Amino acid sequence: MATSDKDMLVQFLLRMGDNSLILGHRVSEWCGHAPVLEEDIALANTALDLIGQTQFWLGYAAEVMDGDKTADDVAFLRDVWNFRNILLVELPNGDFGQTLMRQFLFDAYQSILLPRLSKSSDPRVAEIAEKASKECAYHVERSADTVVGLGDGTEESHARMQAALDRLWPYVGEMFASDDIDAAMAAAGIAPDPASLRSEYDALVGKVMAEATLTIPQSDFAHKGGRSGKTHTEHLGHLLTQMQWLQRAYPGASW
Amino acid sequence: MSKEWPLWEIFIRGQHGLSHRHVGSLHAPDAEMAIKNARDVYTRRNEGVSIWVVEANNISASSPSDKGPLYEPSESKIYRHPTFFDIPDEIGHM
Repeated sequence: MATSDKDMLVQFLLRMGDNSLILGHRVSEWCGHAPVLEEDIALANTALDLIGQTQFWLGYAAEVMDGDKTADDVAFLRDVWNFRNILLVELPNGDFGQTLMRQFLFDAYQSILLPRLSKSSDPRVAEIAEKASKECAYHVERSADTVVGLGDGTEESHARMQAALDRLWPYVGEMFASDDIDAAMAAAGIAPDPASLRSEYDALVGKVMAEATLTIPQSDFAHKGGRSGKTHTEHLGHLLTQMQWLQRAYPGASW
Repeated sequence: MSKEWPLWEIFIRGQHGLSHRHVGSLHAPDAEMAIKNARDVYTRRNEGVSIWVVEANNISASSPSDKGPLYEPSESKIYRHPTFFDIPDEIGHM
């Protein structure tokens, strides 16, 4: 593999791994705080699934990079500007409804992307996606059900879910903003062009929001910069100070 | 309408061939969510291959105060246990 191809693959793997790492961390923040025990443990399970997927994506990224890095090095020894997750997943949790809305908007994307990645020309990518798509199939079912339950629920829950959708919708577009890395992945048969997933995504999200009696905002303005690493929100740095605290305070600590 | 979610009793089949066993209870707004919650609460360590949920108020139970009339009469009827048969040697271990 030529160096530039390798760099492109690393960037792609970081995008996949950082999405699940950062969202996994955000969701884990609910542990012990969710409104009911059943949701608390369900969120913790989702967070653990995402962290598990991260180990595979970042583990593979570390292998492709030169040197003897591990998934842990990649997760805990990078600073904000080297993260490649979409902005959606780094946003603060907000209320329970906003967390579940974000989860659904992300799960819906993954539920369309992962089955395609399981047919990747790169056998490692295919293998990771195959495993992750089973977990994702459950996540999207659960988050969709909750969005419908709360959206088509009480006046209060409906208002909160509509507010969550209005707040998060401007972060959806970034998932489909293809660039030269996506073009290289598509050309190599490693991953589909994200832009090509949009109509399927809109159909799925449209169906669930209709059932939830929620209105998708008209504007397709999109905040961007996370996938490319150009600009993250101010929230990611704060998240990393917690997530990476141990390695920063005690470099190399292990148990 | 009560604001509390109803209570569901959860039954899980550990492996194919075994019967579902009661493992505990949880709250959920409907049967579908009760199954999802049961999956998340009770099968995290690979405990099951099938889940049944029953809304707790659909279960009728015998009354603890009827313990005497219901169960004591059978205590004195040891002949109901099939332990009085001589098993021929050629049958071997049963």
